[in-house]
Amino acid sequence: MTGEWLDIGWVDEIPLRGSRTVQVTGGDDIAVFRTGEGAVFALADRCPHKGGRLSQGIVHGGAVACPLHNWRIALATGEALGEDKGCTPTVPVKIDAGRVLICRATALKVAA
Amino acid sequence: MKHEPLTPGVDTRDHLVVIGNGMAGCRAVEELLARDPHRYRVTIFGAEPHVNYNRIMLSPVLAGEKTFEQIVINDADWYAQNAIELVSGDPVVAIDRAARTVTARSGRVTGYDRLLIATGSDPFIIPVPGKDLPGVIGFRDMKDVDHMLAAAERGGDAVVIGGGLLGLEAAHGLSLRGMKVTVLHIMPTLMERQLDEAAGWLLKSALEARGQTILIGADTAEIVGSDAVEGVRLKDGTLIPASLVVMAVGIRPSVALAREAGLAVGRGIQVDDHMVTSDPAILAVGECVEHDGNVYGLVAPLWDMCRALADGLTDAHSGYRGSVTSTKLKVAGLDVFSAGDFSGGDGAEDIVLRDASRGIYKRVVVKDDRIVGAVLYGDTADGNWYFDLLKKGENVADIRDLLIFGQAFASGGAQADPKSAVAALSDDAEICGCNGVTKGKVFACIDGGAHSLDAVRSGCKASASCGSCTGIVETLLALRLGDEVEAGPKTMCKCTSFGHDDVRREIVAQDMRSIPEVMQKLHWSTPDGCSSCRPALNYYLLCALPGIYKDDQQSRFVNERLHANIQKDGTYSVVPRMWGGLTNPRELRAIADVVEKYDAPMVKVTGGQRLDIFGIKREDLPAVWADLNAAGMVSGHAYGKSLRTVKTCVGSEWCRFGTQDSTGLGVKVERMTWGSWMPHKFKIAVSGCPRNCAEATIKDFGVVCVDSGYELSVGGNGGIKVRATDFLCKVATEEEAMHYCAAFIQLYREEARYLERTAPWIERVGVDYVRARIVDDAAGRDALAERFLFSQRFMQDDPWAARVAGADREQHAPMATFTPKQEVLA
Ligand code: SRM
Ligand SMILES: Cc1cc2nc3c(=O)[nH]c(=O)nc-3n(C[C@H](O)[C@H](O)[C@H](O)COP(=O)(O)OP(=O)(O)OC[C@H]3O[C@@H](n4cnc5c(N)ncnc54)[C@H](O)[C@@H]3O)c2cc1C
Ligand code: SF4
Ligand code: FES
Repeated sequence: MTGEWLDIGWVDEIPLRGSRTVQVTGGDDIAVFRTGEGAVFALADRCPHKGGRLSQGIVHGGAVACPLHNWRIALATGEALGEDKGCTPTVPVKIDAGRVLICRATALKVAA
Repeated sequence: MKHEPLTPGVDTRDHLVVIGNGMAGCRAVEELLARDPHRYRVTIFGAEPHVNYNRIMLSPVLAGEKTFEQIVINDADWYAQNAIELVSGDPVVAIDRAARTVTARSGRVTGYDRLLIATGSDPFIIPVPGKDLPGVIGFRDMKDVDHMLAAAERGGDAVVIGGGLLGLEAAHGLSLRGMKVTVLHIMPTLMERQLDEAAGWLLKSALEARGQTILIGADTAEIVGSDAVEGVRLKDGTLIPASLVVMAVGIRPSVALAREAGLAVGRGIQVDDHMVTSDPAILAVGECVEHDGNVYGLVAPLWDMCRALADGLTDAHSGYRGSVTSTKLKVAGLDVFSAGDFSGGDGAEDIVLRDASRGIYKRVVVKDDRIVGAVLYGDTADGNWYFDLLKKGENVADIRDLLIFGQAFASGGAQADPKSAVAALSDDAEICGCNGVTKGKVFACIDGGAHSLDAVRSGCKASASCGSCTGIVETLLALRLGDEVEAGPKTMCKCTSFGHDDVRREIVAQDMRSIPEVMQKLHWSTPDGCSSCRPALNYYLLCALPGIYKDDQQSRFVNERLHANIQKDGTYSVVPRMWGGLTNPRELRAIADVVEKYDAPMVKVTGGQRLDIFGIKREDLPAVWADLNAAGMVSGHAYGKSLRTVKTCVGSEWCRFGTQDSTGLGVKVERMTWGSWMPHKFKIAVSGCPRNCAEATIKDFGVVCVDSGYELSVGGNGGIKVRATDFLCKVATEEEAMHYCAAFIQLYREEARYLERTAPWIERVGVDYVRARIVDDAAGRDALAERFLFSQRFMQDDPWAARVAGADREQHAPMATFTPKQEVLA
């Protein structure tokens, strides 16, 4: 792989309708989600409301419910859904032969 | 012009050599002949000793629905008539690009002007011990089918590893041929790349009903046997006997030849839009290629590729731009279709139709007024229509509301307004298929005073079972009553038209066993629910099926998933159980050590008479628990919709007013009730005298000891809306107090709605009802208590100890750690 993408592991290490985190030394974690259909998304592990760890929320459809006050965040855009307003930065993801790759530059920016 | 066919040997036309006599190789030649039959001299090398046949029909051959002859695409005459030389059974082993020759295994060397590589894919064989034993095969060609047929002839057990399209078709064929088949699938959903959870569940149930055993989440450790296969051992130790093992876990593009020849190879042989490789004289097509980062495993893309390839070879360059694919399962009687992207995401909307009585699930994903994906189960008639709309990117805004009913309905004129369509139905028209209720009966019921959906459901049963006719019943109510329709009780959430009680009743009545099953049978309008209904369904199933239902971690709120309370900064607090509020030096020392060892910023005595350790990191939780376990402490469930604390006072052992051993009884009660999952949190207290120092009268179950026995009361709670308990009854002995407590908890577990604490529940059903069930009905009380104790047999394993032993380790550890150079993050 080139330096542009970070290889973070196998797709099936992320439970369906669940998530894992990538620890960025010196910065915030990145949350990596897998929906019921197997689509993978990465976002800053930080709710736009009060910084809740989105990685610990319940994943349903294409959204995650924040564990602190139940805001729903769209995984693809990071936007809060419904009445709530706010946005969590997203990190581009690609899957290559079963490996999950996240964009290095964005990951750095988001974690900092 | 040099294009006239001449006798071989003196043919001066450019020589096109094709490696691979499969679907893509031959199709490419067909496309070329259709454009210019005389331009190239063609030689095809094939590793298999056959003419060109339709590989996808190997499944029907295995199932006995077709013979090999029936699946041949091009017979020997075709090669002869087109002057194509077929070299079958002799694979090419090397390409010499400088000399422009290929060498076959027989040693034969053939020169080329243009070379076409169409070597397809190889089955992926998972690298486990025993993979090379005789009897372990892939499912790719006629030889594999012959092998399976021979094995089936001998009978016995077969294991198919892989629950994708190929694996399920193999399993179906083998079971039709009389073998006892077990399918091992590592993922939680069959065909997870093509199907969503709901459709995967339907498929699994249908295959199980046909006698196959399907093990999901099954991870193969090794294939056992000395001279031939004898069985498969899973990582969890299970041994499944088998005389045949079919590996259908995936395919890998067959690129060895190209790689050795020095062509650019990524996951497949890299080609441009005209299927030309990094060497302009060499083309490649089919499953062996990688185009624009994609490799394909289905035939439809090959057809597009072959067209572009033939255009290029005849100097009419058109170019291939990638393909969208759709999948159908070729198993007789099981209709499954999927296409496009159904992962939802940004702005995507799901339209879901479920018809439980006919076993149908349809889901169309729409984004920006265009179809982007579809999953159909049970009725795939409209698959191609959706796929067509998808490929063309057609705007579906106008037909959106009727889209899910299919082409006939969405484009039909008069029916397009659902209200008039329902009004036009005759009185004999059956509205509710489950309960056989006609429109006339629904009207009669409404006229008889049923003015809400709920009243109709209990009055004539329409819409009471699967709910698929709810929309029609609501339309009937509106037609008959106009604005006078009364709103029914609240539905569980936006995903369903049923309330909590209906869902619970149907789970038991229909013996449902999993969340996807409930969602299918009760017509959920979302594919996998939401953060309100998932935890509720998980609890209802857990309560209905003690020891059978497997808890779904992804349907639990974080605290219950991590067995600790999440704090606002993302750390966790840990509360070990202190039975009845008692502790001892060993426990206190262990807690003190944990606080120091993990640098916990705070430790506090809770309002529930135990100690709470704050600021523990998710990664450190298992280690903290290991230390607490070592001192004999278990999870205090301060995080759960479950039994929390049993508060006690000192009681007769020390207190000058104490009448009974309230501390001892509290400990016993906590030992009996800990670990139980409930609709909401549940607190108990035992006070030693009516001074009530343990505040027993604001607990879910309270005991106040008196000289002559024990006064039991229920339904209290602190919190925002304080409620004192209702008196239940007085009993004479500790055993009775425990027995009533067990019965009361079980009644609450079975009948309260998820997230309804005992106080609001009792306000809703009335304390008289609870007394009637617990005090007046002795047999009922015994049965409830017995069900509670039975369910506790499966609940009283310390969840902390399980994590310490390694269960769900991934919940605590990051997937990866990334340490950027210091200057980058600064
Ligand atoms: C730790 C503790 C406060 C303390 O330091 O004393 C506490 C902490 C929380 N309570 Fe409590 N309650 C604690 C005893 C109580 C008590 C006192 C008792 O149990 O005798 C009450 C009143 C009695 C009652 O429950 O009726 C109490 C009534 C509540 C309520 C209101 C419940 C209600 O039905 O009205 C909530 C909100 C809720 O559950 O929805 C709540 C919710 C919470 C939550 C879980 C808030 C949350 O959702 O995050 C707090 C978690 C903090 C944490 O992460 O640990 N806590 N909470 C106590 C833990 C007791 C234990 O050992 O398990
Ligand atoms: C059982 C089964 C069911 C399927 N069902 C479906 C379906 O329902 N729908 C669908 O779209 N797709 C289906 N597929 C996939 C489909 O068959 C493939 O996508 C398609 O066959 C790929 O065509 P290809 O020409 O690239 O490869 P192949 O058809 O495999 O052709 C490659 C040929 O090259 C030969 N070869 C390899 N190396 C050499 C060499 N060095 N020298 C000479 N010859 C060589 C191979 O022996 C093979 O005959 C199914 C596949 C299987 C096995
Ligand atoms: S009273 Fe409020 S702030 Fe205090 S622990 Fe309970 S929920 Fe948290
Ligand atoms: S921090 Fe996420 S909802 Fe409040």
